[in-house]
Amino acid sequence: MEGMDPKAFVLGCSAIGAGLAMIAGIGPGIGQGFAAGKSAEAVGRQPEARGTITSTMLLGCAVAESTGIYALVIALILLFANPLIDKI
Amino acid sequence: MGLHLLEVSSVVGHLIGWNNNPSEGLDVNARIIEKLNIFGVEVWITETIVNTWIIMAVLILIAFILRLKMKNYKYKPSGLQNVVELAIEYMDSFVRGAMTDQYAYFGNWFFGVFVLILVSNLSGLLGFRPPTADLGTTAAITLTTFFLIHFMGIIKGKSGYFKGYLEPLPVLLPINIISEIATPISLSFRLFGNILGGMIIMSMLYMALGNLPGIFKIFNFGIPAALHIYFDIFAGCIQTLIYVMLSMTFIKDKIPD
Repeated sequence: MEGMDPKAFVLGCSAIGAGLAMIAGIGPGIGQGFAAGKSAEAVGRQPEARGTITSTMLLGCAVAESTGIYALVIALILLFANPLIDKI
Repeated sequence: MGLHLLEVSSVVGHLIGWNNNPSEGLDVNARIIEKLNIFGVEVWITETIVNTWIIMAVLILIAFILRLKMKNYKYKPSGLQNVVELAIEYMDSFVRGAMTDQYAYFGNWFFGVFVLILVSNLSGLLGFRPPTADLGTTAAITLTTFFLIHFMGIIKGKSGYFKGYLEPLPVLLPINIISEIATPISLSFRLFGNILGGMIIMSMLYMALGNLPGIFKIFNFGIPAALHIYFDIFAGCIQTLIYVMLSMTFIKDKIPD
């Protein structure tokens, strides 16, 4: 650690943290895939209800997406508006 | 050691067009155009505010032109009136579907919100920084939704609204309050994160494409257009629809049957 620029260390760790935060993307991926698959099944079973099924699926997908968006926001804050760099 | 790492990463950065110097690198924050000093309070006029003003001016202008052109309401619609009626009827059926016929008057409000968010999202196509890529804009719009949720809850639910916080158990009161606060946060962050994410990916792509050597410049054709269709048009429209739909669902949830 001797002779290491503290700013570089914080920046590097922030980048790793941003990468780790984006692991949360797995959750919405699985959730939205599940919703889309189920809605495809539903359309197959009842093609006349296509409009309602699609809008319900979009709503569910949007809610499932929240956690992914939170992770994205945290990653963006770490990368572009890093609050830790001022504390050195 | 530290300096060495920075140098290596800046070489890689130059190859993909990413400038590692924080002062002139990829800047996703809204540019500050003017710093006003109003009675000792510093007010920043940012790109977001100016773009919102431009969008508002365009929308108001369109509204005036439509009103002047459609002075004579015709029983049998033709031309421009067809288009306007189509938009209004679509919104009306959308609101009636989500909030039942009794609350169809919310269409007046949500049509405005819908058009403002949609035009803001699509303004990225014209080279503007989308105002919705700023948490300030989405939080302001969501504040109105937050107000509407609780206003309608108190007006229509009366004491049932306050009783709702103690259900299913009075012990869960803090958790219920947290979930009420989480609603506007998730609403505003969803719109903000989606649009900002798309904007960052597009600006990174343009930076990378701008530094391509020689024959590789051929990649400049087509690739940005295809990604604009996805990030600006598709994501912009879907997120607008979802924002309005979720707002209506949250308001409807607080109103007892």
